[in-house]
Amino acid sequence: MSTHDHTHAHEHEHDHAKTFVPDEEESLGFYGIAEIAVRELLIEKGVLEAEEIRRALEWYDRATPAQGAAIVARAWSEPAFREKLLATPTEAVAEYGVNMGHVQLYVVEDSTELHNVIVCTLCSCYPRPLLGIPPDWYKSRGYRSRVVSEPRAVLAEFGTELPLDVEVRVHDSTADLRYLVLPTRPAGTDGWSQEQLAALVTRDVMIGVALPAA
Amino acid sequence: MSNYAIGERVQVRADYPLGHIRTPFYIRGATGLIVDSMGAFPNPEIAATTGTTTETQPLYRVRFSQKDAWADYSGGPRDTLDVEIYEHWLEPQSGATQ
Repeated sequence: MSTHDHTHAHEHEHDHAKTFVPDEEESLGFYGIAEIAVRELLIEKGVLEAEEIRRALEWYDRATPAQGAAIVARAWSEPAFREKLLATPTEAVAEYGVNMGHVQLYVVEDSTELHNVIVCTLCSCYPRPLLGIPPDWYKSRGYRSRVVSEPRAVLAEFGTELPLDVEVRVHDSTADLRYLVLPTRPAGTDGWSQEQLAALVTRDVMIGVALPAA
Repeated sequence: MSNYAIGERVQVRADYPLGHIRTPFYIRGATGLIVDSMGAFPNPEIAATTGTTTETQPLYRVRFSQKDAWADYSGGPRDTLDVEIYEHWLEPQSGATQ
């Protein structure tokens, strides 16, 4: 908590352009204060213990994009699993120990004529039990407001440029569904193992802002 | 329990009440097509304030042409936007028979 002491005598020339910059935000916003207040109250009143909160956060962090990538790679490799993933996605991922909780998973499949991209314009809905914590940009006002109204411009900023005759379909995750994009398997991957294929399937690919490339 | 069928054209209510509304402003008043019927889910407008989950609403996936959502849309002519909308926010399309 020490701050730089500027009361000492200036005995030599300082570079005053190098002003002190705090390495973290020193003021909390409304929700930052509210989170601390509610958490401390719950602990003080004996409703929760700090250890339980820590464990819950650890549970949220457990899911990673690698989990989704393995599922996409299997759908590319096994037609029966692809059918199941599209028809009953929540059940299909439950095989992997993914519990979607009170929401349902919805899988949208790309084709040569269709490209899907996911957003939650109202907040930050994301398939967390499957892919983990969303990237910060996914929650930003810029992404949320722009990808619905100018998706091609936003995709281009991610390096994804699509011909005008490919339909770009934006899914706004407004309610009780969480989305996973099932991209098209890249050409030149015949005979690849599921492990090799999974390495092509990044988090951004499963949100739909990028395409898998072999 | 669902009152709209897949393939039916619907209009989103152009209402602006206060509360925990999960129908985005930008799509209110627009006309789209029911593309999937997801079953009943707790009405978030009730659940958010009372914690009760007993009142449910059928939930649909509704597809809009981007040109119908944004007057100045300049992307591809076939581009679409799918939004999840609860039944009480939908009306039969104006002029359509039901």
